[in-house]
Amino acid sequence: MNMQDLAIRFSDTSSYDGFTFDVQLIPGEVEVLQVVVGEFEELPVYVSITDSQLLCIVYLWTEAEVDPKTRVEMLETMLEVNIPMPLSSFSKIGEHYAVFGAMSLNSSFDEIVHEVAVLAENSVDAITAMEGFLV
Amino acid sequence: MSVFKKIMTALRGGAREAGEAIVDANGIRIFEQEIKDAENHMSKAKHELTNVMAKQMQAGRELERIKASITEHENYAGQALEKGDESLALEVADKVAKMDQDAAEQQSAYDNYASHADRLKELVRKSERIIKDHQRQLAMIKTTESVQKATAAITDSFASTNSKITNAKSSLDRIKAKQASFDDRLKASEELDDELTDKSLDLKLKEAGIGQQSATGQSVLDRIKAKQAK
Repeated sequence: MNMQDLAIRFSDTSSYDGFTFDVQLIPGEVEVLQVVVGEFEELPVYVSITDSQLLCIVYLWTEAEVDPKTRVEMLETMLEVNIPMPLSSFSKIGEHYAVFGAMSLNSSFDEIVHEVAVLAENSVDAITAMEGFLV
Repeated sequence: MSVFKKIMTALRGGAREAGEAIVDANGIRIFEQEIKDAENHMSKAKHELTNVMAKQMQAGRELERIKASITEHENYAGQALEKGDESLALEVADKVAKMDQDAAEQQSAYDNYASHADRLKELVRKSERIIKDHQRQLAMIKTTESVQKATAAITDSFASTNSKITNAKSSLDRIKAKQASFDDRLKASEELDDELTDKSLDLKLKEAGIGQQSATGQSVLDRIKAKQAK
């Protein structure tokens, strides 16, 4: 499935589990699809396709927002809750902390929509849970 | 080369700009060339393997044919001896001796082909492993770079549309506010529904002459009369 197909399929999906989707293609060296899930406008899911996998990423906070006093505690907590968090994992890209889900290139559209919806919910949950570590 | 370590070193390298190559383009080209070379080796080895295996089967068939012929001629020699024809028996025995030599040669050729095939099979397996490993490592590099480029594209897109990536806490506050306002609206609409249902019920009751009735001149007069009667 290529990015354009994915964008069209998302646009055609009026509702999934009560969520609506608002998509936008972001041009660049690597094509990225921005998917806004329901009311989570502030935390869009970014979908990109590499040679070996399909990646869905939500950027959570930057290094500048981390309270330096409890940084190590925050990192440990993130590692600890990584496995319990359904379908997603924590990561860090440059200065950005993120949650992401990696999927097979053979994933069906239903699986991708499910992943994207769960990721959006996870990101809100994660920030809610980690709020105390942020300034 | 351990790509994992290379990626780690590159990422931990401090002042790395997002989008900067983990392994320079030349490094990736060399890596891709190595994969291509290994694939070439493997395809050559497979081609050779099929040849060797075909020759091995031929040698096997030839060996069976000679062995059968040896048994056959040994029988002939026996029959000649039974008939007392010693010179004919010797002639046949000479032929059998020559065939024994042929059989030994075929056997050694067969063994050679077999061991050559084994070596080639091992080579193919090794090449397959190397190719898979190289491809996995290349995928790691490419994914790392792709994610960084994607992040750069997203950050650029935010910068160009002048909308800044808000910080996590304020994002959360806004989402919560939206959810709360949605909850409020839901609650309000439920309350409104309740009121409307109450009102329509009152109306029905009134029409049925049940419950509190609105005052009419007649009902007031009736009330006054009732008081006077006391």
